[in-house]
Amino acid sequence: MDAKTENQRGWLYVLPVVVLVACNAVIPLMAVVNYSVQETFGNNVFFFEGVKWFQQVLHSERFHAALLRQLAFTGIILVIEVPLGVAIALAMPRRGPWVSVCLVLMALPLLIPWNVVGAMWNIFALPDIGMLGRLLNGLGLNYNYTQQPFSAWATLIAMDVWHWTSLVVLLAYAGLSSIPDAYYQAAKIDGASSWAVFRYIQLPKMKRVLTIAVLLRFMDSFNIYTEPFVLTGGGPGNSTTLLSIDLVKIALGQFDLGPAAAMSIIYFLIILALSWIFYTVMTRGEGQS
Amino acid sequence: MARITLQELRHSYLAHPQSEQDWALKRLDIEWTDGGAYALLGPSGCGKTTLLNIISGLVRPTEGRVLFDDVDLTNVPTDRRHIAQVFQFPVVYDTMSVYDNLAFPLRNRRVPEAEVRATVLEIAHMLDLQDMLRMRAARLTADGKQKISLGRGLVRADVNAIMFDEPLTVIDPHLKWQLRSKLKELHQRIARTMIYVTHDQTEALTFADKVVVMHDGMVVQIGTPIELFERPRHTFVGHFIGSPGMNVLPCTVEDDKAMLGGQPVAVQNPAKAALDGRRLELGVRPEFVAFAAAGLPVAVVKVSDAGRYRIVETRHGTDRINLLVDPDVAVPGEGAHLRFDPAYTRLYADGWLVE
Repeated sequence: MDAKTENQRGWLYVLPVVVLVACNAVIPLMAVVNYSVQETFGNNVFFFEGVKWFQQVLHSERFHAALLRQLAFTGIILVIEVPLGVAIALAMPRRGPWVSVCLVLMALPLLIPWNVVGAMWNIFALPDIGMLGRLLNGLGLNYNYTQQPFSAWATLIAMDVWHWTSLVVLLAYAGLSSIPDAYYQAAKIDGASSWAVFRYIQLPKMKRVLTIAVLLRFMDSFNIYTEPFVLTGGGPGNSTTLLSIDLVKIALGQFDLGPAAAMSIIYFLIILALSWIFYTVMTRGEGQS
Repeated sequence: MARITLQELRHSYLAHPQSEQDWALKRLDIEWTDGGAYALLGPSGCGKTTLLNIISGLVRPTEGRVLFDDVDLTNVPTDRRHIAQVFQFPVVYDTMSVYDNLAFPLRNRRVPEAEVRATVLEIAHMLDLQDMLRMRAARLTADGKQKISLGRGLVRADVNAIMFDEPLTVIDPHLKWQLRSKLKELHQRIARTMIYVTHDQTEALTFADKVVVMHDGMVVQIGTPIELFERPRHTFVGHFIGSPGMNVLPCTVEDDKAMLGGQPVAVQNPAKAALDGRRLELGVRPEFVAFAAAGLPVAVVKVSDAGRYRIVETRHGTDRINLLVDPDVAVPGEGAHLRFDPAYTRLYADGWLVE
């Protein structure tokens, strides 16, 4: 008899998580893969189509336009939210009673349900009855986000900055709070300017949390659906139709399951690839000389 | 270079200190001579770091003045006091190379690059860092990082004093010795005032020419290691320095004589009857206690071998008395008596040496 028996009980312990991950990620994803290579005309009858839908999506100008809008949107909000978040975190008090006040104020936008944020800004920015719309038009600006693509974009970006800069602030603030006082004292003794303190102490110490902040903001903004859907519904025209809004239009509006599934997979792969690039670039040089 | 004087210094971290306990530092007057090697010794929480930060300007004292060569710098910020400080946990600028770390204080002061280079190379050589100049500072071990923090103080030509705030806490024991002798060597070479904060008596006694012993926000004694050992001004100094510490035994004074257990004990300092009413204690180090044919009767409680000598714990009534005994001296079993060396036996009133 083999003296060495392997205990297989360990599998039992990982079973719950396997089931969980399977139900919430693997099985739905496989269903999407299944749709993406088939054609259906209803009645639950499917025909195998190979990579036809993928080719169609990749060559579709409509997809290109949505992807471009998506990249522009994500790029703009990252460029605004990350520096702004860091600046606010730097300006926040490090100790004292105001710390909790600031933290609560910062956390508030994050607690509001996304569709409520969309609805709030929708009403807030309406040119005839909204406070912002009235104000801007009162200042002599010609502002109407329901009709002008530029106004729609500006409103969309303002809404996202308002909603999500707090996340960057909170992460950056956590990074700043973890810097021991001795660093600031040493910098004082070394005669460092406040820029040098930021550049050589605060920024390097915030790097890890900022990597997480950029990744989270990138993925979330690339997936954004609810707020622009409630605010502009993708309009005027298609001017604010970002990828997920377009995807929903194809899948549920036109019921083109195959192309929508193919687009979902391409969409997913783009996010995966870009996240990987962000992560690699931002953690480059760590652990080596 | 400068002589540093602290005048009537008091500090409290509270906005409105009420009782004596609210003061982290209770009235200090100290003068640090230029070029001296000082150790600031005391248990955790006695105010050492507060005192250090007041000298470097990181903390503004509640009361009193800080003078550098008779110039009042109490309200002058750190970067204009020409002070270097090495902290408990090594501070390096992670993203910079060792070279850039050492050059940082000079570049901040807009020193020409050629001069920066010459100074950095010289200091790196002094600290044995010359082979690591191109490495990222983050990759060095704790002792290497601590050398960098020290080096950033040494590169500046105008430094008045270098302060060390328990700099060897995170260093491996076998490197502690190395780094400590390096510090001593550096002090002899550059002859700058160095103030070294520690709660470790070995560190203090090996590093410093003069040791400042602090207890509960007060300076209890300033002296050479020998003075602290042979003539502690406060029972705390006797107890804190030495291993085991000084024996402190409650006693009384009758007819100008110190009495212990109903017997007169010869002491080095005058025992006046007027001291009655204060808390009186005898202080004698275990090194100056010996077994004798007659004297204070004690019972031997425990003998521990410390290598070169044995530590004998005895009991007289409720008092515990330690003494050091050579390995070749027999420890009596029954009817032991102790004799205190009168030259090193002193009377303390309320903790302070009677003078």
